[in-house]
Amino acid sequence: MTTNTAATNPAADLTADPAASPPSVGPLRQGDASGSGVVVAVPVAAAKPRPLPLLRHSLTLAKRSLIKTWRTPEALIDVTLQPVIFLVIFVYIFGGAVAGSTGDYLQFLLPGILAQTIAQGAIAIGVNLNTDLEKGIFDRFRSLPIPRSAPLIGAVLGDVVRYVLVTISTFAIGYAMGFRIQTNVASAVAGCLLAVLFALSLSWVSVFVGMKVRTSGAVQGIMFLLVMPLSFASNVFVPTGSLPGWMQGFVNVNPLTHLVASMRGLFLGEPIGNHVWWTLVWCVGLVAVFLPLAMRAYRRKV
Amino acid sequence: MTTHHDLVIEAEGLTKSFGTTKALQGVDLSVARGTVLGVLGPNGAGKTTAVRILATLLTADGGHARVAGHDVAHDAQRVRQSIGLTGQYASVDEDLTGRQNIVMIGRLLDLRAPAARQRAAELLEWFDLTDAADRPAKTYSGGMRRRLDLASSLVGRPEVIFLDEPTTGLDPSKREDMWNVIRSLVADGSTVLLTTQYLDEADALADEITVIDHGRVIAHDTPEGLKRIVGGQTLEVRPSDVTRLAETATILAAVSAAGAPEESRKGLLSVPVSDGDALSATVARLASAGIAVTEMSLHLPSLDEVFFTLTGRTSSDTTEEVA
Ligand SMILES: Nc1ncnc2c1ncn2[C@@H]1O[C@H](COP(=O)(O)OP(=O)(O)OP(=O)(O)O)[C@@H](O)[C@H]1O
Ligand SMILES: [Mg+2]
Repeated sequence: MTTNTAATNPAADLTADPAASPPSVGPLRQGDASGSGVVVAVPVAAAKPRPLPLLRHSLTLAKRSLIKTWRTPEALIDVTLQPVIFLVIFVYIFGGAVAGSTGDYLQFLLPGILAQTIAQGAIAIGVNLNTDLEKGIFDRFRSLPIPRSAPLIGAVLGDVVRYVLVTISTFAIGYAMGFRIQTNVASAVAGCLLAVLFALSLSWVSVFVGMKVRTSGAVQGIMFLLVMPLSFASNVFVPTGSLPGWMQGFVNVNPLTHLVASMRGLFLGEPIGNHVWWTLVWCVGLVAVFLPLAMRAYRRKV
Repeated sequence: MTTHHDLVIEAEGLTKSFGTTKALQGVDLSVARGTVLGVLGPNGAGKTTAVRILATLLTADGGHARVAGHDVAHDAQRVRQSIGLTGQYASVDEDLTGRQNIVMIGRLLDLRAPAARQRAAELLEWFDLTDAADRPAKTYSGGMRRRLDLASSLVGRPEVIFLDEPTTGLDPSKREDMWNVIRSLVADGSTVLLTTQYLDEADALADEITVIDHGRVIAHDTPEGLKRIVGGQTLEVRPSDVTRLAETATILAAVSAAGAPEESRKGLLSVPVSDGDALSATVARLASAGIAVTEMSLHLPSLDEVFFTLTGRTSSDTTEEVA
């Protein structure tokens, strides 16, 4: 019942008369292709499976995010300008009142502003993925033999460039205003890396919300409501000791407080206590809880 | 009949609901190695849903399916190694260039960077996208996007190819090109499942046709068998000179198996014909009788007519019910 005309009559129409039509005119050069087998061969996987598929595929997809970022640099305005504006406003308006001098307040505030901006930077990933997911390219990813989580992990990793830019622009304006690192380059770099690591971990909350909520506007709203209290009910702007007692309970567990205290230790040489450890515990906790939740929500999204 | 082990795609009793919409209500499909199955159906019939289940993008509520020897539900990753999917709407990254899109897919299919770049160059060349290769895909026309999409789904040289309405929205010449591409894929050994809303497309490409409506298979046959049921081609002729209508009718009656033609519209004669020689025979006889014509066409029943014959309703009725 199967007639299979094509197989017994391979591409008769295609190669009809290649000489008759100028080679560059035919939009699709069937003649060449079926002759050389360019397009399809018999069943073979594309290549031999190579080790570490999750890492390699995530990096390939992170590169995709980077290309997109390069194409639309205006999407980076928020993270590059916000720390500049915040530093200028807070240092010159509140510096005198809070710390007695603007110079002292700048030293105190810069790690806080860096942490706050980086935490807010994590909002974007959920918003972007929420709209990205509606686009056809995710169907393509779903039909490929890659780990299901690779597109999400790739998108999160691709955001590293945003966080590095925040860090650079915060330090650039900070130095121009008179901020100075009191420790050494290695500690300062460690502090920045800790901040980037925290942002990557917090991204998974954003990704989860991005998968769960229907519109990107709602993702933005929900994430803002989460990040605002984290950045204000913390030691970002004022020392914990100056806050009302009832609030200190929250402030002391707030991951941003631990991150900021770690950075102050690493940038300024202040006593660092267990803050780095607590920050790392938070990072692990956020990823352990929200990565699987985000993955589950992603799988359910049709 | 083909034997069981030759089936590259086999689906049995697939069901899928979205809320209260029953998109599929027990669909069986089978495609033998190296052949083309055309899935024909109106809007909302469940074509895309079926393709997405077979391509592992959706899980069925009931029934089971095997593609390239692997179960789509339990062995999805293996299925993905053997398939290429060109969805109804282009699955390309609009912000990436054509080349970046294909290289990315190549990398995700475990090609090393140089091999991925070479494959991209090959495919871009074949689909005549070389000149546009380094422009973001969002600047592509609809037809170019479709070609890029198809190129992206061929990177891994898939054994099984799904094409969901591959020619919708293409102009007639691009449609012809796409048909030729599909034919050459099959000539190279691929198995193809394509969906379409046009009987002539299914007739031109498919070895077998499954007609679905409201999530159910309402017919499955070879194109010849299906045409036997729904009626084959119709030849329509409009003589330039109305006074020669009767003469023309006599000529048409002679070439047709069904006897006297009817005047379907004013001055237009139509008659069912059974073989491809009818057209040339008619042309020859009209010429020797010296009858000039302003219109002459040979066409297959439209999807509407197919549905009317198979279900007693027109396909536009069915769409309205669904929508
Ligand atoms: N994600 C979804 N959510 C809700 N309903 C859906 C979804 N996908 C499909 N449907 C419904 O399932 C039915 C079948 O849809 P499907 O897309 O499979 O049809 P189709 O044959 O591909 O139609 P078309 O020719 O218009 O592409 C339709 O009634 C459609 O509204
Ligand atoms: Mg469809």
